[in-house]
Amino acid sequence: MDIPYTVEIRRDTGLINGKIGIWLFLASEVMLFGALFASYILIRTGAPSWPRGATMLNVPLATFNTIVLISSSVTMVMAWASLKRGRFGTFRIYMGGTILLGLVFLIVKYFEYSAHFHEGAYPSTSNFLALYFTLTGLHMLHVFGGMMVNAYFWGPGSKLWKTNPEWFTNRVEHSGLFWHFVDLVWIFLFPTLYLL
Amino acid sequence: MTSDHSAADIDRHVRVYITVFVALMALTLITVTISYLHLPLPIAVTVALLVATVKGSLVACYLMHLISEKKLIYAVLGLTAVFFVVLLALPVVTVNDGYWIR
Repeated sequence: MDIPYTVEIRRDTGLINGKIGIWLFLASEVMLFGALFASYILIRTGAPSWPRGATMLNVPLATFNTIVLISSSVTMVMAWASLKRGRFGTFRIYMGGTILLGLVFLIVKYFEYSAHFHEGAYPSTSNFLALYFTLTGLHMLHVFGGMMVNAYFWGPGSKLWKTNPEWFTNRVEHSGLFWHFVDLVWIFLFPTLYLL
Repeated sequence: MTSDHSAADIDRHVRVYITVFVALMALTLITVTISYLHLPLPIAVTVALLVATVKGSLVACYLMHLISEKKLIYAVLGLTAVFFVVLLALPVVTVNDGYWIR
């Protein structure tokens, strides 16, 4: 049996099911990160003193990573736009670029984490570092998850383009929404942890 | 974004994406530059979060196409926003040993 409303729009919602599904999922993600941000505010305002992120973290590397993630968001939306124009080859170039930029982000984070561990800075060291590792660690997991989904659509999942291009385009759009959300979270994490 | 887009629409969208990309890069550089000015904390927090909100809005509105979404998506996000604000406000009511909720 075919999955209903993957391409055709439901009359009652005015949307395809996948679109509603991804937005409901993102709503739950907002609450997940919201809870952690609320914890950050509570712990920071209750602390007698709090270090400025720049004194403990590598701001130039994080700035570079911000540029990388923003660029990946743009390549992601360009991948979707390429499918809308019927250009599958261009889609693969942009999607490949998105996956590579995600990989660059994770490699940079690996070097950042390695430097912290080398200096003896662990989550147990201070409240600031506990929040830093929790928030950035969870964010990294999201980047990794997004990369896996994008890699599937770049590789084996792209077979759908031959049989049902519109459905494939919609799937890429939904994957893109998640990827942009990951970028959006980083846009707030960067100043909160590194600059303030 | 709805699924009924012509090639001309997509070309217009692509131009918007490039403009948003340039704006996001510029705002990132502004955020970092301001952080080196060592402003007093309340001002630094306000400016940093203001710039982050503008950047986040650009991503949500144009890259996630929220500017042209259906009402149901707005309803879902509106409800999420209410709960999100409540979540962020919880620490505030606990200030001064819960003075505001006693």
